[in-house]
Amino acid sequence: MINLKNLTKYFHQGSVNQVLALNDLSLNVDDGDFITVIGSNGAGKSTLLNCIAGSFFPDKGKILLKEQDITTWAEYRRAAFVGRVFQDPLLGTCAELSIEQNMALAAKRGAKRGLGRGVRSKDRSRFSQALKPLGLGLEDRLKDSVGLLSGGQRQALTMLMATIVRPEILLLDEHTAALDPKTAHQILDLTRNMVKEHKFTTLMVTHNMHHALNLGNRLIMLHRGQIILDISDEEKKSYTVEDLVARFYEIQGEEFSSDRILLA
Amino acid sequence: MFMNMYAFMGAVEQGFVYGIMVLGVYLTFRVLDFPDLTVDGSLPLGASVSAVAVGYGIDPFFSCFLAMGAGFLAGMVTAVLNTKLKILHLLASILTMIALYSINIRIMGGPNVSLLGKDIVIDPLINAGIPGYLAAPIIFGIISVAVTGMIIWFLHTEFGLCMQAAGNNPRMIISQGVNTHFVIITGVGLSNALVALSGALVAQNQGASDVNMGVGTIVAGLASVIVGETVFGNHSVVRACIAALGGSIIYRLTIALALGLKWGKFSFTPSDLNLITALLVIAALTAPKIKAKLMPKRL
Repeated sequence: MINLKNLTKYFHQGSVNQVLALNDLSLNVDDGDFITVIGSNGAGKSTLLNCIAGSFFPDKGKILLKEQDITTWAEYRRAAFVGRVFQDPLLGTCAELSIEQNMALAAKRGAKRGLGRGVRSKDRSRFSQALKPLGLGLEDRLKDSVGLLSGGQRQALTMLMATIVRPEILLLDEHTAALDPKTAHQILDLTRNMVKEHKFTTLMVTHNMHHALNLGNRLIMLHRGQIILDISDEEKKSYTVEDLVARFYEIQGEEFSSDRILLA
Repeated sequence: MFMNMYAFMGAVEQGFVYGIMVLGVYLTFRVLDFPDLTVDGSLPLGASVSAVAVGYGIDPFFSCFLAMGAGFLAGMVTAVLNTKLKILHLLASILTMIALYSINIRIMGGPNVSLLGKDIVIDPLINAGIPGYLAAPIIFGIISVAVTGMIIWFLHTEFGLCMQAAGNNPRMIISQGVNTHFVIITGVGLSNALVALSGALVAQNQGASDVNMGVGTIVAGLASVIVGETVFGNHSVVRACIAALGGSIIYRLTIALALGLKWGKFSFTPSDLNLITALLVIAALTAPKIKAKLMPKRL
């Protein structure tokens, strides 16, 4: 489905601040995989997602989608098959536009946009149908500006927008990290149900090891731009948070405290 | 009475004709969040193209379309400099603006072109027996209201929504598969096409095109946008577009009013225009804050 081959990405190359964000990283994502991605700060999790989405290009390596080389495709071009939810709930939606206008923009992801009406009346019924299952009452507020919504509501809307056109791959970059615990829980449930129902191929970055273990069929741990752990299915089910921590020490044999990973 | 009928109608006429330019400024500054100073060059560009075309006997209405085409190209140059060559938007637009100074003189074959005795867009009304001081506001009113309507329609199309989003949240709209460079190039082009149309009509109305007629366009445009927003609000695109045109009329009326004031021996001269504009913008920017302070919202 998606093959990452020997991706290497430097930031500030050639300066004293040079950072090796991805170090010869290879990953094969199979159709229908729901992969959770963990790792300490600076491990390269977000860089990995940004490379797949095309926010920036790798210095070395190839990205293949269904055997097609998309390494040099611009971000907007790749958006045709990438659904994305950012950590910042404000990034995924346009505050000045209404809910229905935001959804109309998302419903045209990957399609040509012309001079037809931005929001058609038949779209409206479709949008409110899609909004209903969220249980947030947004289906009655189609004309409200998105700026009036809470962070959680905006993130739920972003989830819907990322999947209103079926994505080949869904990229979730710590999409619950900026929300309060209750809302984060709701968004996580929404994620679980959506991915289960539609079998989206998904990469989800998280700092929460419980989420990483409880969701998805596969887990990868990144460290210094490399995958240091890749477990799936039965093996993943048998893992506990303690196992993950122990595994990390074993492979790295170094301090594992100065980061945001939640051990609770 | 602070001003007579002629002065009043003159100000309204100016408000309408420059209102088209203000809509262009609104598109770049507010919708695209792209501060564009090209307009100081594209207004006389539109004037030059139209004046020269009319001089060749081309229909004055058709000459306006030629002017818009030229303005669109000028805007595209600025946007390409910014998006493709990565030059800061302000600087890119200043570069296009100064280049246009030379280009406009080339087009006109000199610093100005007279349109005296040539066909202009208000002739059909004049020939129908309507006096000139009414004919111009009527024609320009119709054109500027039509343009406002078209911009409102455009901003609600699929592409128009992309343009709004590109100014508001570029990361979001890229992740929805929109090429923001294309949107910016088209948007800045469209903006300058409107400014050039405004310039073409101004030249026909004044009876001449002059290379220096664009000086201060951006200031007048911004002042009108800000005054309009303060008076009419900007809660929706429809309102903001109407506010741009309305702001332009208020701006021109205020200027006319100020120039007509007399305190004893003191009166303003046309060279005080920039000072009046600056004061007007400051007043418009601070009025909402002062209002909020004097009348705090009750909780």
